Amino acid sequence: MNINIPCPHCGPRPIQEFMYGEIPSVPDEITDPDARDLDRAFMRTNPEGVQLEAWFHTYGCRRWVRIHRDTRTDEIVERG
Amino acid sequence: MNEFIEQKVQLQWHEPKANYDVVIVGGGGHGLATAYFLATRHGITNVAVLERKYIGGGNSGRNTTVIRANYGIPEAVRFYQRSVELYQTLEAETERWIMHKQKGLLWLAHNEAGIRAERARAEVNTAFGAKTEYVGPKEIQEIAPQIDMMGGGVWPVLGGSYHPEGATARHDRVNWALAEGAMRRGVHIHQRTTVIGLRKEGDRVVGVMTDKGPIGAGVVLSAVGGHVTNLANMAGVRLPIRTHPLQAFVTNHYARQFDPIVASMGLLFYASQTARGEMLIGAEIDRQPSYSYRSGHHFLQSCAFRAMTLLPFLRNLRILRQWTGVCDMSPDYSPIMGQTGVDGFYITTGWGTWGFKAIPAGGEQMAQLIATGETPALIAPFGLDRFARDRTLADRGSAGTH
Repeated sequence: MNINIPCPHCGPRPIQEFMYGEIPSVPDEITDPDARDLDRAFMRTNPEGVQLEAWFHTYGCRRWVRIHRDTRTDEIVERG
Repeated sequence: MNEFIEQKVQLQWHEPKANYDVVIVGGGGHGLATAYFLATRHGITNVAVLERKYIGGGNSGRNTTVIRANYGIPEAVRFYQRSVELYQTLEAETERWIMHKQKGLLWLAHNEAGIRAERARAEVNTAFGAKTEYVGPKEIQEIAPQIDMMGGGVWPVLGGSYHPEGATARHDRVNWALAEGAMRRGVHIHQRTTVIGLRKEGDRVVGVMTDKGPIGAGVVLSAVGGHVTNLANMAGVRLPIRTHPLQAFVTNHYARQFDPIVASMGLLFYASQTARGEMLIGAEIDRQPSYSYRSGHHFLQSCAFRAMTLLPFLRNLRILRQWTGVCDMSPDYSPIMGQTGVDGFYITTGWGTWGFKAIPAGGEQMAQLIATGETPALIAPFGLDRFARDRTLADRGSAGTH
């Protein structure tokens, strides 16, 4: 399926022009600094639903775009 | 599964009991193999396998059925070699034809760095029990005369490694053989049964909540694929898993015989011929995490282009069908097996794009862990705690999908 990412500079462009960038989020319940480092380095929330993510427009404006994407359908639900 | 197959493989269905010694969540290859080995090796038959849809309908039915042990690190070579050997005797053991066929596997290198990597792979494999040798262009040409050794002028084949024990097997036959073997010995398999929660007493997992009611369990094993994070969340376990889609496709019938399994690390694709004569081609995972099973035209175009660079005969074939699996990818491209830190909750995950080849060994080792309570030496390095201990098993170059 082809997905278009709404780039604020270039308009909607195909996903192949972009590089995926992950935004790690460490749960607040983890308070120990070492445990937070471990979580940030390796662990992932991996949500089945909407997640905030960053995409780098490699073959376009070469700027970062933040979007909310539903990982069940690959639909982009709103501009972040 | 349809009625015809159910009749053919003589599976006996039961109503869920209130309690089992072991409840395995996930009726794919790893879950079924664990149940099979619990029943055959350890005499533990009070076991239930819970499957959300139908058995073997997840990644166990969505892979490219390659069996190999040519990994890049000692721990993985030992483990996958065990699996290759178990596959070789699985037909005799289960008395079922799983269409296991030894084909030999070629991994091609197109530059000096690639040659160094394949030489190192051959050395590591030989040292730790797998049969892999470095081969030059002449030998490659003999093994697979259809390869364009000039690689379309851009990707010349300079060398590679050859793994003669590389094989394929029919994926659903593997699942059914294991399911039938387990069921004959008293294991219950419940299809269309979704786990919606875990029952806990204090810190211990003591059962599962399903859409058909609660089931008590001495031990719960997660053998879930791409959706493993959801189940681990119920137990309160954080996992280093990201779910990525992996696509593959088959062409129509190729009249000539294509013997080996061919993979190119530079061009990122692998190809083999199915028993029906179709050319089965797969490539790398989608870069973004997703649970979507949808396939894309962009993948077909780019993967077909790369495959045709080395195998020009593919130009005359047409793509028949494509499919997608959602893979549980671990950060170091090695599986995660063993205890989780939560009592009564074991896990086998991180099978990403390399799970099919590990079905018998993964099942055998997890069964031994559940039966004895002690982690077998073969899978001890693959524990979930390896990330906290800074003992990751980085082996991206052997995944074949990156």
